[in-house]
Amino acid sequence: MQTQRLTRLLAAAVMAGSFAMGSIAPAFADQTLLNVSYDPTRELYKDFNAAFAAKWQKDNGEAVTIKASHGGSGAQARSVIDGLDADVVTLALEGDIDAIAKATGKIPADWKSKLPNNSTPYTSTIVFLVRKGNPKGIKDWGDLVKDDVQVITPNPKTSGGARWNFLAAWAWAKQANGGDDAKAQDFVARLLQHVPVLDTGARGATTTFVQRGLGDVLLAWENEAYLSLEELGPDQFEIVTPTFSIRADPPVAVVDGNVDKKGTRKVAEAYLNYLYSDEGQKIAAKHYYRPIKPEAADPADIARFPKLTLATIEDFGGWKEAQPKFFGDGGVFDQIYKPAQ
Amino acid sequence: MKAHSPTRWRFRRPSVIPGFGMALGLTLTWLTLLILIPLSGLAFRSSALGWEKFWSIALDPRTLNALRISFGSAFVAAVVNAVFGIILAWVLVRYRFPGKRVIDAMVDLPFALPTAVAGIALTTLYAPNGWIGQFLTPLGIKIAFTPAGIVVALIFVGLPFVVRTVQPVMEEIDKEVEEAAATLGANRLQTIFRVLLPGLAPAVLTGFALAFARGVGEYGSVIFIAGNLPFKSEIAPLLIIIKLEEYNYAAATGIAAIMLVISFAMLLVINLIQSWSRRRYGYGA
Repeated sequence: MQTQRLTRLLAAAVMAGSFAMGSIAPAFADQTLLNVSYDPTRELYKDFNAAFAAKWQKDNGEAVTIKASHGGSGAQARSVIDGLDADVVTLALEGDIDAIAKATGKIPADWKSKLPNNSTPYTSTIVFLVRKGNPKGIKDWGDLVKDDVQVITPNPKTSGGARWNFLAAWAWAKQANGGDDAKAQDFVARLLQHVPVLDTGARGATTTFVQRGLGDVLLAWENEAYLSLEELGPDQFEIVTPTFSIRADPPVAVVDGNVDKKGTRKVAEAYLNYLYSDEGQKIAAKHYYRPIKPEAADPADIARFPKLTLATIEDFGGWKEAQPKFFGDGGVFDQIYKPAQ
Repeated sequence: MKAHSPTRWRFRRPSVIPGFGMALGLTLTWLTLLILIPLSGLAFRSSALGWEKFWSIALDPRTLNALRISFGSAFVAAVVNAVFGIILAWVLVRYRFPGKRVIDAMVDLPFALPTAVAGIALTTLYAPNGWIGQFLTPLGIKIAFTPAGIVVALIFVGLPFVVRTVQPVMEEIDKEVEEAAATLGANRLQTIFRVLLPGLAPAVLTGFALAFARGVGEYGSVIFIAGNLPFKSEIAPLLIIIKLEEYNYAAATGIAAIMLVISFAMLLVINLIQSWSRRRYGYGA
């Protein structure tokens, strides 16, 4: 008797469930966005997605589900190339979006001109994370090649962040030596001699520095450095902002090929545009990204960013030129790493 | 095909799977779908390179170093695993002690654990400030972030292969054999090396080959503990990932193809030694 009633109850529940699913699924089938992003944007997009979904619901009266995928920027780009159905990509490097454009044709070659500021809604820079009290007295790039200093940075061959680190060091040395590229190369080569471990990604390098206690200084995205400080407690580490660094631009783009197939173009475009709205800029600043419209963000958040001189990727001729020259097969990194053995 | 037909093809005994033709057909289809097609895809992709480029990748000092580190550390780890795997299996087969079942189950853990987790755990232990590392560092011994770390990780992931292949064979060795050896005047070392080990040799070799093969291809556990410095502790699978990161699919598959050829050659040699030793000393067949 008892079991029979239970069975009936279960059957009813299952039927109710399938009815509910059946009625909801078609109406919202197309309103799911997949944002394929890189590692340190997890917290940012968690906030941003909730804000955008609420806004879309209010303006259009329909719900939108946003799924986010995070990982190493290059690996994420490869997933999209291999067929991951991303509606939008928000990656660490222009080169990764270019690679998708080139390999699949799903993104137009001129994607950079589609959104303001070269399709970059927020920027960041490279700073130093050092141990509390800064025992090695590290103030600027030049201190990184002092005899007893160990520097933690990931492998520029596998990590987008590490490429920004590399170019930041290069840009500093170049301007410190009156624009001499040979001296800049010499400095970076010496810097690499101070790197005891080459992790494959930025999060791995942070772990090496923080958990394993290896090294005296971690070269990190500014937003990552602040996040680590928040997570780990400011009693163990502090951030040193060098006088000179590079402006790291993580760009965004709609994957046209996919949104046209899925019929999500309107919501995908609205999603990326929302990054440029006052609310979007505010959320970016809250998560330690430098917004391109600082006036829209909370002044208290903006006050946390120290002022410093920034080189840009354009100083290196853009990623199209810099990527193969510095990090390609047989490029500068390969050349200056070889004698280090 | 009929199993009893008086042709050249004869079979020792009819098997439960119906018919040789069907069984072989199934085997070949299965192998083709799961192994041959993916592998020929690999060969096809690397053929896009052309011979000249292929050789320049193959003979690049960085590739050679990575291959040397991968195969070298996999070999060392497999040797260590062969020695300690035999001892472990022996303890598990011959002795009864409290907690034996737990230890027996623990041997399989490296199979189940995601290798990245193993890598992170081992790095935590052996890092200069880790539980074990902090005692080794004052002695000047560095494990994590050196080639030694790679060997440690590969020993970890390879251990169950030797234990699990040797264990069942060991269970079949009768204690009487040892007793007979003793009554005939053999001392303990002679019993081990002339009576016990030869019979175990094929199983040990199988375990060695499996552990070695696993070590060569291992990625997740190694990259966390290796330090990944080119020429020092950069393994070949990492170099493949680096090529992929450069969207250089052809070079990546090129290195993969080289690894495949070397691995296949080594496994073939090990297999030949194994069948030779089985004929010479082995139990059963």
